[in-house]
Amino acid sequence: MALDDLYREIILDHYRSPRNKGQLPPPAHKVEGFNPLCGDEVILTVLVEEDKVVDVNFDGQGCSISQASASMMTAAVKGKTTAEAREFITAFKGLMSIHKESLDGDDPEAGEAQLRDDEIAVEDTVNPEIKLGDLAALQGVVKYPVRIKCAVLSWNTLVQSLDELAAESA
Amino acid sequence: MGVSFDVAQIKKDFPLLDQVVHGDKRLVYLDSANTSQKPQAVIDAMSGYYETINANVHRGTYKIAQDATEAMEGARADVARLIGATASKQLVFTKNATEAINLVARSWGGANLQSGDPVVLTMMEHHANIVPWHMLAAERGIELRWIPVTADGQLDLTGIDRLLDGAKFLSFTAMSNVLGTLNPVERLTTLARDAGAMSLVDASQYVPHMPTNVIDMGADFVAFTGHKMLGPTGIGCLWAKEETLEAMPPFLGGGEMILNVTTEGFTTTEIPWKFEAGTPPIAEIVGLGAAARYLESIGMEAIRQHEVELTGYALRTLNERFGDDLTIHGPAEPATRGGVMSIQYKDIHPHDLTQIMDENGVCLRAGHHCAKPLLKSMGANATARASLYLYNDEADVDALGDALEASGDFFSF
Ligand SMILES: Cc1ncc(COP(=O)(O)O)c(C=O)c1O
Repeated sequence: MALDDLYREIILDHYRSPRNKGQLPPPAHKVEGFNPLCGDEVILTVLVEEDKVVDVNFDGQGCSISQASASMMTAAVKGKTTAEAREFITAFKGLMSIHKESLDGDDPEAGEAQLRDDEIAVEDTVNPEIKLGDLAALQGVVKYPVRIKCAVLSWNTLVQSLDELAAESA
Repeated sequence: MGVSFDVAQIKKDFPLLDQVVHGDKRLVYLDSANTSQKPQAVIDAMSGYYETINANVHRGTYKIAQDATEAMEGARADVARLIGATASKQLVFTKNATEAINLVARSWGGANLQSGDPVVLTMMEHHANIVPWHMLAAERGIELRWIPVTADGQLDLTGIDRLLDGAKFLSFTAMSNVLGTLNPVERLTTLARDAGAMSLVDASQYVPHMPTNVIDMGADFVAFTGHKMLGPTGIGCLWAKEETLEAMPPFLGGGEMILNVTTEGFTTTEIPWKFEAGTPPIAEIVGLGAAARYLESIGMEAIRQHEVELTGYALRTLNERFGDDLTIHGPAEPATRGGVMSIQYKDIHPHDLTQIMDENGVCLRAGHHCAKPLLKSMGANATARASLYLYNDEADVDALGDALEASGDFFSF
């Protein structure tokens, strides 16, 4: 069944038992993200020390895709430098077939407009060294365009968080 | 079901419903509160218009231009009759309900509301009846007041006198698009009038499903939208009495709405055209007229009766089948509500629920239904919503139950 493609076992596992769920106390940086489509929200608390993501937690309500994606994201970026985390975000968005240009644009939703079968190639912007691991299970989401927003909600929020932290320390 | 109401026959009038999706699943459409399906009569009226009389209206002297104008004005009369208007010119065509409400906020509100003037809304409004007022608040500092909602999804009118004290305007929905709640329209418009306030009824969810008489409603304005009442998208209506419309400044400016234009200025034409700037969506208007006639031919009383019975069947069978695992928000008594059911099943997120429903051919909407303040007061970010219409039957409700069960199996951890 097509649904098994969307709801891979690893996704359901992260949904059932989310990793890094909760909120880190200050001085962790806190950002809220919203999915305007369904009203879901994610709260990210990120602790960056010496340009390294020392810890990251997510909180909030969402569907299995948004919760699993957030859970996997926290596990993946924890311990990475901010530059590595950004590369990883780009790789994940590549998996969701969202182009680099739309990542840099003002509109975090802009990616959806570009979701056509003929536009999946994003190799030019993605570092081929990056292994997405468990996150590759979210690939099935691409076939369900409205759910891509669910999958990228926490990632957009992380971008916002890293941007704000960079602006603060600049 | 009453003998005169034959849902199997009605289903056949809607070509879209006769299809399978995802291989072999019968399409079960339970999202009519979002947009309704269209009967063949509406589709034919629109293509017939393009095939035989397409021409711009109110301008040409040739035959088909006159036919097009007559078709448009005939449709206005058909819709006016459906809602009990006492004259066709009380009906202004807009793009949708959203534009109708914006018209009132801009035109009437622009001319009559000053800084500090209170406008009363309810906590169960669609964003279409919130944001235009927020815009006026931001622009000229009107004060927004909110009628709260009780835990069982009714308007809480205990503090209504205080809320209406000094108010200039009351704008509220006749039927909640999330809970199905039918609000006490006449009581509210009477209270508003007694308090010296004008009123608007958002009848977007009401006109498609209920026998409607705008005079009895007692409001100054009634707004509704064509695509939820078997008509096409891109066409909606604002009803108001002649003297109300005449006293209002125009909304959009351009062709069709003028009497004269000079280098110095312009004068407006008569109502309702004064509010219909530019070439109107003629085919859509013709389609809406056909929808009104179709609804009339079935009978709004019969449609309402069918929906009360079907909603009763849904509430009874789904509650029996799923017990405490299923929450259906809104009033429990079918006679006091429409066929709109926001449901929560186990702990399954509405997005996940509707995804599995879709796999079973069942179309439900998940989300905040453009009513975020209400959802927030219910303590939810989103719900899954099933909504019924004249073409739905018990088999559709049973399919909803089966799809719920399938979702439960899939997400049983
Ligand atoms: C109660 C209510 N008001 C207003 C609207 C807006 O209708 P439209 O988007 O057609 O303007 C809707 C439909 O979504 C509605 O349910």
